[in-house]
Amino acid sequence: MADLKALYQEVILDHNKKPRNFGKLSPASHHAEGHNPLCGDHISVSMNINAEKVDAIGFEGEACAVCKSSASMMTVAVKGKTRAEAEALTQEFLDMATGKLDLNQPNNIGRLAVFAGVRDLPTRVKCAILPWHTLHAAFNSVSEVSTEADADPMHSPVGNA
Amino acid sequence: MNAPTFKSTPARNFATTLDVERIRADFPILKLIVENKPLVYLDNAASSQMPQQVIDRLVRYQTEQHANIHRAVHYLSETATHEFEIARRTLQKFINAAEDREVIFTSGTTEAINLVMHGYGRKFIKAGDEIILTTLEHHSNIVPWQLLCEETGAKIRVVPINDAGELIIEEYENLFNERTKFVSVVHISNALGTINPVKQMIAFAHARGVPVLVDGAQSAPHLKVDVQDLDCDFYAFSGHKLCGPTGIGMLYGKAKHLENMQPYKGGGDMILSVTFEKTTYNTIPFKFEAGTPPIMAAIGLGAAIDYMQDIGIDRIAEHEHALLDYATGQINDMKGVRIIGTAKNKASVISFAIDGVHPHDIGSLLNQEGVAVRTGHHCAQPVMNRYRVPATSRASFAFYNTMAEVDALIAGISTVQKVFT
Repeated sequence: MADLKALYQEVILDHNKKPRNFGKLSPASHHAEGHNPLCGDHISVSMNINAEKVDAIGFEGEACAVCKSSASMMTVAVKGKTRAEAEALTQEFLDMATGKLDLNQPNNIGRLAVFAGVRDLPTRVKCAILPWHTLHAAFNSVSEVSTEADADPMHSPVGNA
Repeated sequence: MNAPTFKSTPARNFATTLDVERIRADFPILKLIVENKPLVYLDNAASSQMPQQVIDRLVRYQTEQHANIHRAVHYLSETATHEFEIARRTLQKFINAAEDREVIFTSGTTEAINLVMHGYGRKFIKAGDEIILTTLEHHSNIVPWQLLCEETGAKIRVVPINDAGELIIEEYENLFNERTKFVSVVHISNALGTINPVKQMIAFAHARGVPVLVDGAQSAPHLKVDVQDLDCDFYAFSGHKLCGPTGIGMLYGKAKHLENMQPYKGGGDMILSVTFEKTTYNTIPFKFEAGTPPIMAAIGLGAAIDYMQDIGIDRIAEHEHALLDYATGQINDMKGVRIIGTAKNKASVISFAIDGVHPHDIGSLLNQEGVAVRTGHHCAQPVMNRYRVPATSRASFAFYNTMAEVDALIAGISTVQKVFT
């Protein structure tokens, strides 16, 4: 069992207290809502994508420290990346959270490695991955007025996570 | 760390007549070590633990007494049937039902409520009729009635609560009209611990000819229940919250209702005769017990009730109340911690919020201290919405919990606060 206090380390607590890119973009070219019905957590992700690149990204939501800091660090990580790069990073993050990523092999996880500990905490994996599922759903939304934008990202999963 | 200040009443003032250490010796699971700390199990409102006496009873049944019931004439079948029916009588006496045929074995409270919805609701509740529920209901006493309303066109009316988490009885009484056909109310709120004045509510409904179901999932384990004194029409509870096994519970119904109700499930054991033209249903309670029941679990539940009654429900209630009072005082002394649900009449459940910390984080960090609490909406989202919180953390005490375990909870809360400062 991982030491949980290792998960609640400074970087996570800092992003929880001072979330980066917090807020809803308006207008936004892409948007999605993510819910974890088991705990009531809720995250929304909005983006402006130009020429396949994430120009701007914001998130909002009511969530635990793990979920909120994951969302905050995700926005920092994908801002300026192409859609393909962001989707590849999403897959790596999900693999890490579910224990399928070997962190000793070359990867793009970087500072997001602070979330590696959730792989040993099955009840908290969903907290860490909810923002990433929501990001994935936002990429697949047409615009923020689309009905698809309200789809539950848990129903359009990335990989097996 | 915010050491407990003892401005409130210290633990030693809460001595009760229960020999808790002797009782704890009966529960092997309470000796567990979690995260290198002794387990402090405070999630009893979700499910309580099982004493060795009940575990032994389950093993004895399966080793010496098992066969299918109500069928064959051989020794084992007769033994199993006999023990199963003894368990039914134990449940009957436990809630003081007038007759044993008024006790129906179900898989738990949820199935019991669904049985009443199907057997009574679908037969007697029609379009435009109204069903009264309360804000405090568990989802299992909301969703079945919504399904019925979708099917029949009946409507749900909801009794509101005040800021303390108590039902506003005036509003309850004002909801009644000529369309009111049924009341289904929780006895003790699982999310807040509020004990509702069900006897008074039942008398008011009966004066208007309206039957009442009482969801007793949280009351059966914590206070003396007498269905004849309450005069409820239906009463339901689950075995696993009473130190019994999961998968078993019961529905009490007045015989006059049960006899008029439609069967809920069709199958073996619930019939007198079957042809492809016509089936004649068995008498109650068997009319509602289609298929082979969880025989071992039913007998285990009987053993669990025997165990609790040997200790004494009144003494259990007294000890749990002392734990509640002590813990309430300690938490009220802490800065940045708020108790949600402050009813005057409460069972041993404390829902709380820590400023700036999400309940999920509280639950994980308390687990790190060996302390098991429930975090989430407690299957009572209308209650969460009433207090405008997505979730709470909930400590719920059983008779085997100690004052020292309350101290462990308080120390754990201080640790959570320290991590998040």
